[in-house]
Amino acid sequence: MTSNRYVITVIGTDKVGIVASITKVMADFNVNIIDISQTIMEDIFTMTMFAENINDDFDLLAFQKKMNYEGERLGVEVKVQNEDVFKYMHRI
Amino acid sequence: MFFHPEEIMETIQMINTEKLDIRTVTMGINLRDCCHPNIEVFNQNIYSKITYFAKKLVETTNKIENMYGIPIINKRISVTPISLIAESCESNNLVSTAITMDKAAAEVGVDFIGGFSALVHKGITPGDMKLIQSIPEALSTTEKVCSSINVATTKAGINMDAVALMGDIIKQTALLSKDKQGIGCAKLVVFANAPEDNPFMAGAFHGIGEEDCVINVGVSGPGVVNSAVQGLDEPTIDEIAEEIKKTAFKITRMGEMVGRKVSKELNVSFGVVDLSLAPTPEIGDSVAAIIESMGIEQCGAHGTTAALALLNDAVKKGGAMASSSIGGLSGAFIPVSEDAGMIKAVESGALNIEKLEAMTSVCSVGLDMIAIPGNTPSSTISAIIADEMAIGVINKKTTAVRLIPAPGKDVGDTVEFGGLLGRAPVIKLSSLKAGNFIKKGGRIPAPLQALNN
Repeated sequence: MTSNRYVITVIGTDKVGIVASITKVMADFNVNIIDISQTIMEDIFTMTMFAENINDDFDLLAFQKKMNYEGERLGVEVKVQNEDVFKYMHRI
Repeated sequence: MFFHPEEIMETIQMINTEKLDIRTVTMGINLRDCCHPNIEVFNQNIYSKITYFAKKLVETTNKIENMYGIPIINKRISVTPISLIAESCESNNLVSTAITMDKAAAEVGVDFIGGFSALVHKGITPGDMKLIQSIPEALSTTEKVCSSINVATTKAGINMDAVALMGDIIKQTALLSKDKQGIGCAKLVVFANAPEDNPFMAGAFHGIGEEDCVINVGVSGPGVVNSAVQGLDEPTIDEIAEEIKKTAFKITRMGEMVGRKVSKELNVSFGVVDLSLAPTPEIGDSVAAIIESMGIEQCGAHGTTAALALLNDAVKKGGAMASSSIGGLSGAFIPVSEDAGMIKAVESGALNIEKLEAMTSVCSVGLDMIAIPGNTPSSTISAIIADEMAIGVINKKTTAVRLIPAPGKDVGDTVEFGGLLGRAPVIKLSSLKAGNFIKKGGRIPAPLQALNN
């Protein structure tokens, strides 16, 4: 069965309001954060989040579009990927 | 289950900067239930079956691509070798069938459709002959149709009549597509020991031992392997092999996941994942670059064959550990026009046809996407095919030949195909003749399966 959990990564130049703007979109789409980690390596802002939406009517494509749009506005790259891709690659 | 940020970033980096991708999701469709003596009814039958089964292939693949954030470059279809199912058609020309396949492929939105094929490793039936004679016109009048002819197997030997015939067919195909630099030949491959579940073009067809409909997936990632090798600090050869194996394992796992998700969504069986390092002309997506990262000055230098053997074997081992459904070709490809490092090596004189032939004895596929002078005699093309088939037959492996005798071009010229097919510098061949050998015809007997020394 396909998982309801997603890995969200945000990479780019650090500035004020990245976390606030990105998590606002997530809240709008009823996407719950399970785990969050954030570091700044050589001025590059890197945030990885583990999140889920268990609603049957969750529109992933619309969520991805809105997240990408928000990322472009902030000048960062946002990716929303189902957790299975990481599970298959890094866990046996 | 949680992931370490480093693991997440490793995957993202593979996709973003090292060009890891699912090269193809290929749907194999059995057309054996489409036979009919009237070729128009036959064509209608195959059109209906292909468009029915593949109706949602592109839509589903795009959905999976979005969900997992992994680029899926090509969506393709492979069908039962047309020579088998058109044998009973009361028509001597199968060009209309190729046109039908092309239309069906366009209707469902796939990039290529393979299976305009015949298996003639021991002998040629009238149906096989109809198909082979239709190839030049079929490939020059269609966009998406790919053709493959299996002329040799380890169990049957090499059908030298077919080898002689294919030299002519390749020449004719180049001439009929001369306004596009002989591009028809880029869609035509001659095989020894052709795999029946290969998702890669131009050699994909749906084998006769397969079920009605399957999903096969081809994964690629020369860039990922290259950066893994480059990331090692003064490695020994064993460490290089180990690193390639681990990387191949991870890539294969991802490929299998995508294949299983697509097939589940479409409610058809999952066939195989083919882990092949298939280069593209883009910088950083080269098999030659991996060889050079191992310490070879330039691809083609002495040592290249050994480095490629190590690479090919490690890729297979990693893949076989990662999935029980490994199939197809699974190895390293060396298509000259599609690999920036190989193009450079041919242009600088570091890589020649003799070295390429040696390399094919230790890696997947064979003499692939190589432009040769347009005035090459067809018997010379047949002789090159015969050499390559011998390597496959004796070594019990798949080998193939995909040559483009570029009309009006000679050594020093370059043929530009564009896109994934890239550009090919015309390579120098021996001018000595083999016509008297080729015209003898007959069959080179199958090799012994014992006394393997």
